[in-house]
Amino acid sequence: MSSIAEKRSVGAVLWEYLTTVDHKKIAHLYLFGGGFFFLLGGIEALLIRIQLLKPQFGFMSEETFNEMFTMHGTTMIFLAAMPLLFALMNAVVPLQIGARDVAFPFLNSLGFWLFFFGGVFLNLAWIFGDAPDAGWTSYASLSLFSEGHGIDYYTLGLQISGFGTLISGINFLVTIINMRAPGMTFMRMPMLTWTTFIASSLILFAFPPLTASIFFLMFDRLFTTNFFDVTAGGNTIIWEHFFWIFGHPEVYILILPSFGIFSEIISTFSRKRLFGYSSMVFATILIGFLGFMVWAHHMFTTGLGNVANAIFAVATMAIAVPTGIKIFNWLLTMWGGSIKITVPMLYALGFIPSFVIGGVTGVMQGIAPLDYQLHDTYFIVAHFHYVIVGGVVFALLAGAHFYWPKMFGTMLSERLGYITFVLFFIGFHLTFFIQHFLGLWGMPRRVATFLSGQGLDMGNFISSIGAFMMGIAIVIMLVNIVITTVKNQKVGNDPWEDGRTMEWALESPPVYYNFKQTPFVRGIDTYWIEKMEGNKGLTPAEPLDDIHMPNNTIMPVIISLGLFIAAFGMMYNPMNQVGDGKPWAIPVLIIGLCITFGTMLIRSIKDDHGYHIPKEELMNDKHKGGIAS
Amino acid sequence: MMAEEKYTPQTWPADPEKQTLEGRNKFIGFWLFLGGETVLFASLFATYLALKNKGTHVTTNELFSLPLVFVMTMLLLTSSLTSVYAIYHMKNFHFKKMQFWFFITVLLGATFLALEIYEFYHYVHEFDFGFTSSAFSGAYYTLVGTHGAHVLFGLGWITALIIRNAKRGLSLYNAPKYYVASLYWHFIDVVWVFIFTVVYLLGKVG
Repeated sequence: MSSIAEKRSVGAVLWEYLTTVDHKKIAHLYLFGGGFFFLLGGIEALLIRIQLLKPQFGFMSEETFNEMFTMHGTTMIFLAAMPLLFALMNAVVPLQIGARDVAFPFLNSLGFWLFFFGGVFLNLAWIFGDAPDAGWTSYASLSLFSEGHGIDYYTLGLQISGFGTLISGINFLVTIINMRAPGMTFMRMPMLTWTTFIASSLILFAFPPLTASIFFLMFDRLFTTNFFDVTAGGNTIIWEHFFWIFGHPEVYILILPSFGIFSEIISTFSRKRLFGYSSMVFATILIGFLGFMVWAHHMFTTGLGNVANAIFAVATMAIAVPTGIKIFNWLLTMWGGSIKITVPMLYALGFIPSFVIGGVTGVMQGIAPLDYQLHDTYFIVAHFHYVIVGGVVFALLAGAHFYWPKMFGTMLSERLGYITFVLFFIGFHLTFFIQHFLGLWGMPRRVATFLSGQGLDMGNFISSIGAFMMGIAIVIMLVNIVITTVKNQKVGNDPWEDGRTMEWALESPPVYYNFKQTPFVRGIDTYWIEKMEGNKGLTPAEPLDDIHMPNNTIMPVIISLGLFIAAFGMMYNPMNQVGDGKPWAIPVLIIGLCITFGTMLIRSIKDDHGYHIPKEELMNDKHKGGIAS
Repeated sequence: MMAEEKYTPQTWPADPEKQTLEGRNKFIGFWLFLGGETVLFASLFATYLALKNKGTHVTTNELFSLPLVFVMTMLLLTSSLTSVYAIYHMKNFHFKKMQFWFFITVLLGATFLALEIYEFYHYVHEFDFGFTSSAFSGAYYTLVGTHGAHVLFGLGWITALIIRNAKRGLSLYNAPKYYVASLYWHFIDVVWVFIFTVVYLLGKVG
């Protein structure tokens, strides 16, 4: 395929990506889409830190500052971290379980395009002048009274991209339940597959409450209902509950796959089987379960009462147990291993202490009486950046370096990778460590400036310098990507030389049907077992036969586009709270919904059986598809 | 097994919806989707209970009339039964009978929906109880209306299946489609049982 790809025109490549249902190409789309929003969110972060560089700095207005931190949080969680994790999951999970694609290739594509159009819609808020400004949590007591359409971009954009996330979650669940190769029992699945499985089930049960509460907020603002309007009998605490019933599992949706990525990296570069595999699986499931039991620890100061606070405090602290199990398993995997220091491994080594700091401050906040002191201060900001950056972003950067050869067939420069890591690691601790103390010294979060002479000047200055170091690190990584892509030096199947799981038995990048013959799995770390027995590839589980493949289709783009169009109609409907309803709004809403549901109907009544790659063609194909021959 | 193959009652397999990989994927995927839907409706129920009779000039006791809702409940429960008949005939490769029972299901569902629209119309015009009247009315219409929208979607879905496959009979390609549509229809029915209990019965006695 790759030799043909170079000759194709730009238009053909673009069309290929618009219509693709191949999980490896959708992984590229998620990487570019999520990467774009990651840069956007990063720029917003830098602008926030410029404003806080010195006391009473008038770099931006207070309104703009509110919009800036709202969009930074919303973008980073929904449009950067999750899609980037989906990129790695899509690229790796089907290969790790020996599948030719995900269970629903069409829905995989639909999930991406819904996320993409939702993200674009949310960010159009900047262009049209009213960005959301009520924080990423958008508490109804505040967001209901936000002027302009900012919050409407938030509700409609997140609703669209939320559908995409839910669809992707179900897709991964079914893929992992149904598409595993012969012999790949649940307790032989690689950790990234396991954590994807648990994170996907969290998505399945956490996103519907968000969907419901976003509908309420949307109805309140766009159709003047009274869910959160206290004067008409409404109750704003409903939003807080639903948001956190979603929001707390959400952080585990992000961190569990990150744990999975680090588990793969640590065992690969310690050249040892993951220590305590079954306890690792158990800990993952337990974290996923407990993740639903602790949402009210975000609401200790709301006034739910001592009994509720005590129960949620205890449940919160209990999560430290399975997380601790994981930390010790990683340490014991390295113990006695033949450790090779590479860029991904450096991130893994940096992750362990960084994440432990974030975990410890998390337990501190779990102590409800102490939380009354810490609530809404920079201590909270420091805590969640330690777990999200020190955990998730480290995992994404490590995973990008680790899986880059499998996704693109080239190896990112190790030298530039070291520089990125050192700058990012130092910059990260410089930015956020001092914020613990800023919080304890009394600096509230989400406030546009501070006064001099209160002991906050130096801390904020240090924090801003650190943020710029992280910015430079990311720029160097982009340079690294460009240089690597231009050089285009292709690598072999197992570029890290110590690959353990099945994806490393395949070409880099794998041929579009992944496996010529479905592999036979004989234990944990399938490819490692084969290598130890002197085999060059995987053992086939079936004779060579025709391969069934799905057809490409443009429909997912059209379905998503329909909702994108409908969202404008919804926003400018004549009943909206802002009072700038347009006569074209209702027709646009109907047209958009007709596009979406009409395309779904066409999809439903037009048969799509896919196509078969005949056996003869496979025999002549130079690609090995992972099988020893 | 090939999805496009032709079958006779003798060669038709026992679980036609789970014979192909696509079928098995749809089967599990749809059950999982219904899990997510359950959480969605649970959220709507919780909101309804929190906002019940809040900020309203007319309470559940004055608003609801059980005879109408009882008829609606019977219609929807019966439509669930007829969809079971349809699937029974699908498993026995009786295409015509399956189509007939699905058609009856659609008829019953449409009658239910018509009565629901009448009910809403009645509340708005007799009691001045609109979507935006109060916190209670918003929660009520969102919960019951979301269910109604699901019924509407299900009617469109099953109708499309009946028309699309009218001329070509059963195959392992469309059997899973019919099967998940019937799953969806049962789910709608179960949600209604909870609405009948939590909204209407508790509204009258609670």
